[in-house]
Amino acid sequence: MSERQPFAPWTDPGADPLIRFDRVTKRFGDFTAVEAVDLAIYQGEFFSLLGASGCGKTTLLRMLAGFETPSEGRIFIDGVDVSAVPPYERPVNMMFQSYALFPHMSVEQNVAFGLRQDGMPKARIKDKVRDVLDLVRMTGFAGRRPHQLSGGQRQRVALARCLAKEPKVLLLDEPLAALDRKLREQTQLELVGIQDRVGITFVMVTHDQGEAMTMSSRIGVMNTGHIRQIGTPVDIYEYPTSRFVADFIGAANMFDGTVTGGGDGRLTVACPELGHDIAVDYSGALAAGAPVTVMVRPEKMAVSRERPVEGMNWTEGGIADMAYLGDVSVYHVRLESGHKIEVLRTNLRHSGDRPPDWDDRVFVSWHPANALVLTR
Amino acid sequence: MSRFRRLGRFLVALPPYAWLVVFFLIPCLIVFKISLSEAQQGIPPYLPLVDWAAEAGTRLRVNLGNYGYLFGDELYAAAYLGSLRLAGISTLCCLLIGYPAAYAIARAPGAWRHSLLLLVALPFWTSFLIRVYAWIGILKTEGLLNGLLLWLGIITEPLQILQTNLAVVIGMVYSYLPFMVLPLYANLEKMDLSLLEAAADLGCRPFRAFLAVTLPLSVPGIIAGSVLVFVPAVGEFVIPDLLGGPDTLMIGKVLWAEFFDNRDWPVASAVAVAMLVLLVAPVMVFQHIQHKRAEATR
Repeated sequence: MSERQPFAPWTDPGADPLIRFDRVTKRFGDFTAVEAVDLAIYQGEFFSLLGASGCGKTTLLRMLAGFETPSEGRIFIDGVDVSAVPPYERPVNMMFQSYALFPHMSVEQNVAFGLRQDGMPKARIKDKVRDVLDLVRMTGFAGRRPHQLSGGQRQRVALARCLAKEPKVLLLDEPLAALDRKLREQTQLELVGIQDRVGITFVMVTHDQGEAMTMSSRIGVMNTGHIRQIGTPVDIYEYPTSRFVADFIGAANMFDGTVTGGGDGRLTVACPELGHDIAVDYSGALAAGAPVTVMVRPEKMAVSRERPVEGMNWTEGGIADMAYLGDVSVYHVRLESGHKIEVLRTNLRHSGDRPPDWDDRVFVSWHPANALVLTR
Repeated sequence: MSRFRRLGRFLVALPPYAWLVVFFLIPCLIVFKISLSEAQQGIPPYLPLVDWAAEAGTRLRVNLGNYGYLFGDELYAAAYLGSLRLAGISTLCCLLIGYPAAYAIARAPGAWRHSLLLLVALPFWTSFLIRVYAWIGILKTEGLLNGLLLWLGIITEPLQILQTNLAVVIGMVYSYLPFMVLPLYANLEKMDLSLLEAAADLGCRPFRAFLAVTLPLSVPGIIAGSVLVFVPAVGEFVIPDLLGGPDTLMIGKVLWAEFFDNRDWPVASAVAVAMLVLLVAPVMVFQHIQHKRAEATR
């Protein structure tokens, strides 16, 4: 059995990125939408820009499309500085959040529009349109007008219109935001499938972290015009580098504390909220007295009525809230300090062991390796 | 409950409909009635349509001769065609001037738009008649325009503009331009600008994007503006009367002459009815197109 090479061109220092942002800043009057962003995206990636509304992700995408020009810095696509190239001369295509299908043209004319601009011969346009409509499974709808299509069908036509141009980069602005939930989940996987087949680099903007996690090879987490962290979904969930990212992606328990000692890849941190010192694995070096935040994900903690074994970090409290969700239960444990901890408990058995319940005094425990020290 | 609601709706709709019936429909019917009667010397200057007094009993005297007269004398056909021609030229000029204006206003920064729109509507604050009279002062032989052109040295002899069809077109374009700009603005302003970005994104240069996207999508605005200019321009009387000359043959002037100079009310009424029919046709075509469009985008 041949070992499948993981797709990770960003780990290869010799690889040239397809897209490179070089200290790009964009200001609108007094407002700085994007500030000094450096970013490299590689051929074949499905890259997501994730952030709340107003974080600058759409501005970044629009600069890549050519609708906005950077106030400072340069943008390279395939080694060419495109900072001053107008949108109609860029090798990128964008799928708009509103889809922006031309209402006075049929599906076929919409898809053919970009090819006609290139002066492609009519017969080839016809073939190409048929191929891409096939790819997005919209073959039978060529003669329809956009208003005769459902939201999901419009989305496919918008995608086909971009794919027909065979761009070097396909930009997607909240591509699934207008779809209902069920269709959205189905379309997520389909989009990834199409991207895999055509091999075009996708750059997507989304505010939905589930969407970003499901679809992306890497995610850039944005906030107030800055990219806070770039990494694979696993990286940014398991190893966030800042309090912001830890808090933004998934649920996180965070304890403020001060380093009291350490060595051998482990730190001891005094956390007033927990009542006593805890141990955290940490490979770097931090001097005693340094203020840190310790982050533990809810599913990496255990809640139980029994005192945990030696070597585990633990704390105790009362159950403030709990919710049975079927596969898991969510416990909110209130510590004596008033701090609340969220813990996830997988419901492994039908019945048998009695899970912690209201009124129980419980212990929350976690292994030092499952906690993360954040200094930012 | 529903009966009350229906009654309420009826009461709300009643005043405007009553107004239209009393002051529009009934006068129209009176005009139509007169157009079918025979002229006479006297007051009123036409014979009653229904003759009650005859010994042979009540007699209906319908006279289609007035309409026949319209076909008989080529003056009327020439006047109708003249009206259509001048109204058509004026509409085209309004479109050529109004479209860029409406486009510029629709794409102006938000804070500017209201002021610019107000400027378009500003002429309405002065009486229409006074504004047309003002054009006499501008266009006459020793008027402002000739004075300016002479001063600039572009011409050596003053131009005869007043009392020509050119003056009529200038007056109509000036008067009706806002009716072209406003519906076009309303159309262009609500256009989804991401469509133009999509066109650019797909490799379309700005001017081609205008031709391929903006222009086709603004057709309803073009039609609305053109109808609003064309229809009143066809029946226009004041402008050709004040600015036009002996060559200006427009149906509004002919109607005036029949009514006041010849005192032939039946023929004048027939002219009016024919004009109404002539104008209702394009409006109905327009409404049909609008309706189809509304169906299509539903």
